[in-house]
Amino acid sequence: MSRIFSFHGGIHPPENKKQSLGANIRLAPIPAQLILPLQQHIGKAALPCVAIGERVLKGQKIAEANGRISSSLHAPSSGVITYIGPQPVPHASGLESDCIVIDTDGLDEWSTLSPIADYLSMNKMDLINHIRDLGIAGLGGAGFPTDVKLHLGDDHIINTLIINAAECEPYITADDALMRERSDEILAGIEIIAHLLKPSHILIGIEDNKPQAIKALDQALRASTLNIDICVVPTKYPSGGEKQLIQLLTGIEVPSGSIPADIGIVCQNVGTTAAIYRAVFKGEPLISRVVTLTGYALGHRQNYEVLIGTPFTTLLEAAEVNRTTLFRLVMGGPMMGIGVNDERIPVIKTTNCIIAATEDEMPPALPAQPCIRCGMCEQVCPASLLPQQLFWFAQGREFDKAKQHNLFDCIECGACAYVCPSNIPLVQHYRFAKSEIRTEEFEQQKASHARIRFEARQARLEREAAEKELRRKERAEAAAKQQAERKLAEATPKELNSDEEKAAQIKQLKTAASVARTKLKKANDALKNAREKGLEGIDKLETTILLLEQKANEAQQAWIDAGGEQS
Amino acid sequence: MMSSILIAVVVLLALASVFGIILGFAAVRFRVEGDPIVEQIDALLPQTQCGQCGYPGCKPYAQAIADGDSINKCPPGGQNTIDALADLLDLEAIPLDAEHGEEKPKTVAYIREDECIGCTKCIQACPVDAILGAAKQMHTVIVSECTGCDLCVEPCPVDCIDMIPLPVTPANWKWPAPVSDPSLILTDRGRGQLLQGASQ
Amino acid sequence: MALIHLSSPHVSKANSTARVMRLVLVAMLPALLALTFFFGWGSLIHIFLACTFALIFEAFALYLRQRSLRFFLSDGSALVTAVLLALAIPPMAPWWITAVGMFSAIVIAKHLYGGLGQNPFNPAMVAYALLLISFPIEMTQWNAPFVLLGDSWQALPSFSQTLAIIFNSPQALSLDAFTGATPLEVLKHKGSLTTEEIWRSSDVLSQAVFAWYGVSAAWLMGGIFLIYRKIMTWHAPLSMLVTLFILASLFYGGDPSNFADPFVHLGVGATMMGAFFIATDPVSGATSNKGKIVFGIGLGILIYVIRTWGNYPDAVAFAVLLMNLSAPFIDQYTQPRSYGHKQSTSTRGGSR
Repeated sequence: MSRIFSFHGGIHPPENKKQSLGANIRLAPIPAQLILPLQQHIGKAALPCVAIGERVLKGQKIAEANGRISSSLHAPSSGVITYIGPQPVPHASGLESDCIVIDTDGLDEWSTLSPIADYLSMNKMDLINHIRDLGIAGLGGAGFPTDVKLHLGDDHIINTLIINAAECEPYITADDALMRERSDEILAGIEIIAHLLKPSHILIGIEDNKPQAIKALDQALRASTLNIDICVVPTKYPSGGEKQLIQLLTGIEVPSGSIPADIGIVCQNVGTTAAIYRAVFKGEPLISRVVTLTGYALGHRQNYEVLIGTPFTTLLEAAEVNRTTLFRLVMGGPMMGIGVNDERIPVIKTTNCIIAATEDEMPPALPAQPCIRCGMCEQVCPASLLPQQLFWFAQGREFDKAKQHNLFDCIECGACAYVCPSNIPLVQHYRFAKSEIRTEEFEQQKASHARIRFEARQARLEREAAEKELRRKERAEAAAKQQAERKLAEATPKELNSDEEKAAQIKQLKTAASVARTKLKKANDALKNAREKGLEGIDKLETTILLLEQKANEAQQAWIDAGGEQS
Repeated sequence: MMSSILIAVVVLLALASVFGIILGFAAVRFRVEGDPIVEQIDALLPQTQCGQCGYPGCKPYAQAIADGDSINKCPPGGQNTIDALADLLDLEAIPLDAEHGEEKPKTVAYIREDECIGCTKCIQACPVDAILGAAKQMHTVIVSECTGCDLCVEPCPVDCIDMIPLPVTPANWKWPAPVSDPSLILTDRGRGQLLQGASQ
Repeated sequence: MALIHLSSPHVSKANSTARVMRLVLVAMLPALLALTFFFGWGSLIHIFLACTFALIFEAFALYLRQRSLRFFLSDGSALVTAVLLALAIPPMAPWWITAVGMFSAIVIAKHLYGGLGQNPFNPAMVAYALLLISFPIEMTQWNAPFVLLGDSWQALPSFSQTLAIIFNSPQALSLDAFTGATPLEVLKHKGSLTTEEIWRSSDVLSQAVFAWYGVSAAWLMGGIFLIYRKIMTWHAPLSMLVTLFILASLFYGGDPSNFADPFVHLGVGATMMGAFFIATDPVSGATSNKGKIVFGIGLGILIYVIRTWGNYPDAVAFAVLLMNLSAPFIDQYTQPRSYGHKQSTSTRGGSR
């Protein structure tokens, strides 16, 4: 067993894990309606590839990955697409986002799957594309598309693969249950990842509060030929944070602004490995996951295998929720989860836990008192930041100072707010500051972009004006030259060289004559109109007409003189 | 007696001139070359190029500020920009001059395409080339490039351009600052009632 | 409708400022008992007085600042300040000493700076220093301590006697009969004798020293209780005591006839109280562990310097105020190195 290091800070909140570990993973019912948000992962939202009214089979692809960092979606059960559009989704904002809604038919009819019999002999690229095609994304929390991480071997030297089985958040036992019951699937999944990344050693990080899971993994490991170490780490929140787990297992810190792959490490959640196993060996896309349903407002606190897209209502009812005592609904763990206000929202790929808490369990936050600079937050910060300093900056809106004090290294684990004796909602202060800074940066980027476009336009307009000016000058010069020539020609007795020139001149005179006639006609119309309506300026029009008449006659005469009539 | 006063004066004068020369030399020799102030001001302006300040764009206004014009003539930038400018120029942050308009939420232009007659007038008005189209062809706004400057609304002969605020989606949603009122108890349930109580 | 967005975490430790303050109050009990045991009822009466004044002034200041009375009064911070000051002043001091002290602590040192969490100086120490400078006689007259079993040198004044001393003018009773200089003050004017010789020169003094050691032990007990309950960390007290001890040992070792021995420095005067209850004040002290150590070392040096070469016999209050001044500076240069960074913010040239 390799050496275990430690990380700064950390807390020991009550675990509350036993409640949901009394029974094995149970299958959750198929809901009447499945709601599948197009964005369940980090990256771009998927693009729907089905139409309303279409019948889809279980496992059929319904939305295509859009771009490199994106993930596709599959129908979790058979049914008919009834709606594509905004629906409430699991997001801290409580806003709506585009979803595909399937009315299930209860038949749960599978589409044809394409399992891979022998992945070892397969082209790596094809294998990764197969995993991408089946919509596998990180099941740990962030939902990072797994295929992107599997590609990391191409441009990085990966020497360590870390399987994150720490599950440090209180209440959640989804990974624990999965390891107890499906350790062979997990191991097979790890073997596939190892095949793709070729790490020199593989570490499974697991907290020491899961003895049964450790035992199950240990047994499964005996059959494996891979160099896998199970690293049992002391129970301390947030040991399951990617950066913290890396520090625990290797003693190395991921440099700020880098990804673990930059230092030769790739992390995968333990649940993701099982999903990879299913994708490769059974050809099943990611359409279900293990979700812990817990909290004292529920009658059955245990783990469920839940179809992605199942609304919370269905699950809460399946777990016999007591709505009179239900006080707070949280998706995820109590430390980093999202408060949910609408029970219609669906389970997504990253939903590992639903806590239906009573008021005693999660009492309302007490009003914040002034910070007394006690420094407890600093003692527990796993990123070794100065939480109280960041809080002052965020509150005083000194965002550049907050940024300078490494605000963006904050992982929002909530340890500081947990220990704060003054009940200051520190994490929200940081989130607020972060989103303000991000918006400001975005705005600045947009402004400089707009400036570039404005300047480009300005330059273009100037160039066009200059060109116009140039053309005008050229035309003026040409006209002047022509005039001079004409004068020269008039001065010398007119001697037309050829018939062609003569014809051209006649044509010109004809046009002039017809233009003069049209003008005269128009003027006459105008005069008539003016007379009818009794408008002013009739005298002026009359004189104009006289002038035009004269001009028209002259033009006509010139044309006849030139011999136009004859030809 | 007189001589001692004289000596003091002479010594002080000598010291003053020596240090004056040193300081003067240092000021010239070690002068810090900063960004030209106009560039720095321009970087703080929102670059909508809307002309609400009375200048034909942000750069000219930046130049005008550098020449001593007041810093509160930029409605799109709002109070944030005024504060930033005040900080940069070491001036007092003053409220926005209402004469030039008021701070409005960010909007983008939207062309009601059925009504567009393809006159290209808005294209000519757009300072950042964010409108796409050709004569007699329907025009459309490139939302990501639009600065919300309003300049295309006026020239449109058929009034088919609306300025609409950008919708809030989970992608661009911002965390609000925590409510610090101690009388407000934050709970999930009964938020509505609480808020009604709070707003009354 | 604008939603109130609930940010994680959804649980928090049962831990509140009020609880912290309560525990600090509990930790001061041994010292109160010791003081009462050795010096009579005075401390108890002053605590009662100080708490009353503290709550009145706090309520008054909150009212003027238009803050919620119930919310801020219940945090208990005013009571901690009150008890600290009451235990620091001589037990037989007149009542108005406490009144003036509490006014300067609560109104001037705390609320004028913006209330709890905003005060740059420790309120109790501001009040103590102010009183010491303004009323040096009242602030340095400690009555002779209760003499241990069997000795009949002097009985402590009774409860009613103490009340009379505190509320009537001290001249009503012949106060001089049972007040005297504190051991530290005696040491200041001891001439060329060693500490040992000084103690032996007078019964009263040796008893006083014994009493002081007892009180210091009580403070130490309270401090260890607070560290055990994780209300504060060991960094500031330990570094302060170790620094003081090392400095005192060095000088005493070099010239025992001129300098007091290190145990006197640790055991007599307000050293223990300062180390565990003043140096650990989070609001006005340094924040990081490294910073707390620097803060403690600074305190230790200042206490020794002021005690040995300064004008006042005890130095904790002045040393604390001086170090409070430098706390932001210490904080600036003792910032921890954040995860994933090569250097701390301060060495990267961060500004506050």
